[in-house]
Amino acid sequence: MANPGGGAVWNGDLHNHRKESRSLQGGNCPKNGILKEAQQNGKPHFYDKPIVESFEEAPLHVMVFTYLGYGLGTLFGYFRDFLRNSGIEKCNAAVEREEQKDFVPLYQNFENFYTRNLYMRIRDNWNRPICSAPAALFDVMERVSDDYNWTFRFTGRIIKDVINMGSYNFLGLAASYDESMKTVKDVLEKYGLGVASTRHEMGSLDKHKELENLVAKFLNVEAAMVFGMGFATNSMNIPALVGKGCLILSDELNHASLVLGARLSGATIRIFKHNNMQSLEKLLRDAVIYGQPRIRRAWKKILILVEGIYSMEGSIVNLPQIVALKKKYKAYLYIDEAHSVGSVGPTGRGVVEFFGLDPRDVDVFMGTFTKSFGASGGYIAGRKDLVDYLRVHSHSAAYATSMSPPIAEQIIRSMKLIMGLDGTTQGLQRVRQLAKNTRYFRQRLNEMGFIIYGNEESPVVPLLLYMPAKVAAFARHLLNRKIGVVVVGFPATPLAEARARFCVSAAHTREMLDTVLENLDEMGDLLQLKYSRHKKSARPELYDETSFELDD
Amino acid sequence: MDFRRVKDYFSWLYYQYQIISCCAVLEPWERSMFNTILLTIFAMVVYTAYVFIPIHIRLAWEFFSKICGYHSPISN
Repeated sequence: MANPGGGAVWNGDLHNHRKESRSLQGGNCPKNGILKEAQQNGKPHFYDKPIVESFEEAPLHVMVFTYLGYGLGTLFGYFRDFLRNSGIEKCNAAVEREEQKDFVPLYQNFENFYTRNLYMRIRDNWNRPICSAPAALFDVMERVSDDYNWTFRFTGRIIKDVINMGSYNFLGLAASYDESMKTVKDVLEKYGLGVASTRHEMGSLDKHKELENLVAKFLNVEAAMVFGMGFATNSMNIPALVGKGCLILSDELNHASLVLGARLSGATIRIFKHNNMQSLEKLLRDAVIYGQPRIRRAWKKILILVEGIYSMEGSIVNLPQIVALKKKYKAYLYIDEAHSVGSVGPTGRGVVEFFGLDPRDVDVFMGTFTKSFGASGGYIAGRKDLVDYLRVHSHSAAYATSMSPPIAEQIIRSMKLIMGLDGTTQGLQRVRQLAKNTRYFRQRLNEMGFIIYGNEESPVVPLLLYMPAKVAAFARHLLNRKIGVVVVGFPATPLAEARARFCVSAAHTREMLDTVLENLDEMGDLLQLKYSRHKKSARPELYDETSFELDD
Repeated sequence: MDFRRVKDYFSWLYYQYQIISCCAVLEPWERSMFNTILLTIFAMVVYTAYVFIPIHIRLAWEFFSKICGYHSPISN
């Protein structure tokens, strides 16, 4: 029997998959014709290329200097705190009032110390106001500080045409008005802006229904529901799906919205190492064997929370193995595709399409419209009974205002563009341009000798800087050369691994990328950032698919 | 011409020192204070090395040669 598409490695999974599709063909048909289509289109191509992800370690002297630098900053922090407390120096930070001096101190924990003494010194690299649409080129307001970043003032000048390497604009759809947005203007004229109600009361519009049908069609699932805010989608809906007596297995580096939703739900949370299938399997085995902690009953539900692309690392989740594990141990999978929907996969449908898997293998799809669609809001998609349950029981549906109609129309317009329903191939071209730009950018950065984290196909590119002074110098120098980047330090990343995060966009032309790369080259030489010890290309860590048993 | 290159190289080296040790994000008076302290410590290390290391080496040499000296009379 011939195995279609690559299958020597995937024998176990292929067998399971065939069994499922055969049983569903005989049974009751799903509501709309979408699933039938998936079965008939038939054999998905399995992702048979090796996954190339690298997280290279820095040389030892770099780590030593980083910690020494933080040590020096801490010493000076203590010295300045002493000067401020004893009154020798004026204190610009928040202090308690005179009446509160005998109470428990408010501003002495490490977070406040760090903010006052280390973050304030380099604060001018964050929260920079911009004054145009976040397209490939944008305008930044110039601001200066007279007292070492405690206060800022705007000089009134605007830095024009800064190359945008920081906005989540993967497909280039976050641009100012052009003729293709005419439908958004019409919807704005007809519906106005405010919805003034929640979904349960009077906030469900026909635009929402149209959008939800379109999202379901886009992802190849049965149904979808949209919410007004992406963060709120995670934090308000995970409590509606799991509760006490359930187990959540969440990745180490999950986003704050997933962590908040998991904590709000009241379920037991266990954390597995980032993208590490052995760690996840061990937790699953322990959960199934030992059950709940003291009463030893089985867990009501086991939910695995992962993201499609992790925004600080640029790594892509190892979905085929997670799906195999979930089927073996009978758990549910919730995947947050905030960064990956619209930006990975041959037609931009997300990580499920990237790996060539069946959308029915994932139980809950979640994503946001902020990153690739140029709008705001989030969605949850999956089987129809799941979405119907959420329509009734979600906290967001009961209490939060629903999505504004022009935003819904912008998403509809973007999705139709990507799917090709507007009659052109512009959407597909954008997805392909993004993939090309990503590969080019990553390959050039690797050749130059920088340490880059993440999967080679992910459009989020973290470049490691390590030392806090280099972080500040990097961002400032690049802004002087009219390139806007986002740098991230502690506490969003581990203390010693500060990085600059680039978001490649389909709207970047080859010239823009070359300009950026040239400047990065110069910066790398000036600040000595080229730490990589593998000059040619990142050493690929091939995931060994046969490292756990698939016999069942 | 040569002086300019040497000067550029030293100013690049100083910039690297500032970046690596976080002096670049300190205020100017903190920077001068830290540089002063570092130079003072360095000067003290150099002075100690210059004054004391020859004496220590001489004493250690005498100590070991006395031990070896005791060995030779016994073996005879």
